[in-house]
Amino acid sequence: MDKKEYLDLYYQMVVIRRLEERAAELYQQGKIGGFLHLYIGQEAVSTGIISVRRPEDRVITAYRDHGVAINCGVSAKEVMAELLGKATGCSKGKGGSMHLADVSKNFWGGHAIVGAHLPIAAGLALGDVYQNQKAVTICMFGDGATNIGFFHEALNLSKVWNLPVLWVCENNKYGMGTAVERASAVPEIALKADAYGMKRDQVDGMDVIKVREVAARMLEEIRSGSGPQFLEVVTYRFRGHSMGDPERYRTSDEVRKWQQDDPIGVYHNYLLAQGIATEDELQKTIREAEEEVEEAVRFAEASPEPAPEDLYKHVYVSETC
Amino acid sequence: MARITMREAISQALWEEMERDPKVFIMGEEVGVWGGTYAVTRGFYDHFGPDRVRDTPISEAAIVGAAIGAALVGLRPVAEIMTINFAFVAMDHIVNEAAKFHYMFGGQMVVPLVIRTVSGGGRQLGATHSQTPDAIFAHFPGLKVVAPGTPADAKGLLKAAIRCDDPVFFIEHATLYQLRGEVPEGDFTIPIGQSKVQREGRDVTIVTYSKMLDTSLKAAEELTREGIEVEVVDLRTLRPLDMKPVLESVKKTNRAVIVEEGWKSYGVGAEVAARIYEEAFDFLDAPVKRVAQVEVPLPYNRTLEQMALPQVKDVVQAVREVL
Repeated sequence: MDKKEYLDLYYQMVVIRRLEERAAELYQQGKIGGFLHLYIGQEAVSTGIISVRRPEDRVITAYRDHGVAINCGVSAKEVMAELLGKATGCSKGKGGSMHLADVSKNFWGGHAIVGAHLPIAAGLALGDVYQNQKAVTICMFGDGATNIGFFHEALNLSKVWNLPVLWVCENNKYGMGTAVERASAVPEIALKADAYGMKRDQVDGMDVIKVREVAARMLEEIRSGSGPQFLEVVTYRFRGHSMGDPERYRTSDEVRKWQQDDPIGVYHNYLLAQGIATEDELQKTIREAEEEVEEAVRFAEASPEPAPEDLYKHVYVSETC
Repeated sequence: MARITMREAISQALWEEMERDPKVFIMGEEVGVWGGTYAVTRGFYDHFGPDRVRDTPISEAAIVGAAIGAALVGLRPVAEIMTINFAFVAMDHIVNEAAKFHYMFGGQMVVPLVIRTVSGGGRQLGATHSQTPDAIFAHFPGLKVVAPGTPADAKGLLKAAIRCDDPVFFIEHATLYQLRGEVPEGDFTIPIGQSKVQREGRDVTIVTYSKMLDTSLKAAEELTREGIEVEVVDLRTLRPLDMKPVLESVKKTNRAVIVEEGWKSYGVGAEVAARIYEEAFDFLDAPVKRVAQVEVPLPYNRTLEQMALPQVKDVVQAVREVL
């Protein structure tokens, strides 16, 4: 990586962080409705993984999808506009926070039924194999998804058909408010890959460089025909599951302990310690990221609502076929 | 015109579409080496090979889910769910994903997927394997639901479904595969979403679809001997529902009987009757009558099972009652 690339990772993580902090404010003001699942604390996961994907590699994730969208190249403007339900949003105001997508960026969506996108990921990869495209499908999901049947069906099928999928479990320790140990017979989630004869690894999800390195290696092996692989990324969500989570299931001490490993702080220190960037350069990067987010908020607030006739648009491609 | 069975018609449609378009492929349980549990895809595996005729594990959610994924990236999968009873296991992917993506992501995703499945009772398979829950699937905007009752319709509609850019839930009937009918030669399609008058008559309108078309036509034959001329309208597609031929017929006959194999409560008959009342109330000379399955889980015992399913005599009686 050259210096620009190092700084770009930093920039992306700060954009995600700032965008979500602003989104939380807009939610409190009633400008964002529905559910809002913040990625704060987990930014290094998708930033690290998606930084080593190729344009032809497909990305699909669960409903905690704002960061993944930004990393895939969806603009902060389109993400924020979608959160505000505007016609200029990446899903034209029809999807909301949980259903961001931009097919032109090979980002196949946020999906809000836990685990349901795993079989779909297998299908994306099947489509590539069928059409002789050399691409990998990166499928991200939470620890909670590993306890639902879709997980088993999808991982099994991917191995039976040797599909090029990188399964990425973001283990943030809780499925909503239920701790992994209370929900999963095997709390070491990476071990579940063994049931499918799949190569696996585990990585510290608070360190973007480590995530990036492991993901780069696994993606390369999958591209070379290894078949599907499984990566558990150990991370932590600093905010509640969604807005208005009373957080009875964990202590503030636990949250504070994890916050000492804030992925942005860890990376900030790394860049300074390695002499890759100066404090001034990082502060400048933060200001640029904040400006992009403010611009996105201005854009989203000024954007038009969907037209009434849009209510009926896109139920079908064609009523008659 | 060739006189062929329903099985042959469906098989021909699949074969011809696979020959026409390399993006069309089949996936499902026992579709390949076995040749299909209803023998619809016999010979396909040897001709098209394992990449295009894909045997899957017994994983209905993965079958439909993976087919959705493949459809998203430009393929035209025909996913087979062995019976409609197993579709409940894949319900999330059918109604929460396939039916929603085009709308929910603002039009950027397209799911040109066909799910073929087999509905209906009458084969002594017991309560879990004999249901006719077609109406459930027709509840969801975004999904198209097709259920043909003749070989010609089956062939033309399946070809249309495969070429359609929307997800189509294609319901075949378990006891209709041997039904014979005239099917046009060569390549043809029948548009999804068009009901059809399958028999003309002046006295009573029967609205029906799938297996019950055959039952209703037999009832109409019987009633002819009494001088009663029944018009039979075949819905063919349950969603989008084409009420035009139904309403035109009811305005002519002023009486309607709806015949479906599924349960009456919240069923196809309930929907069609409501629409007749909403849009043609003033034309009715009698209340709309519904013939449907007795509201019990289907029993294994042959006599009891047949008692629960709508028979020709039930249709005949219902027609007499509205006259």
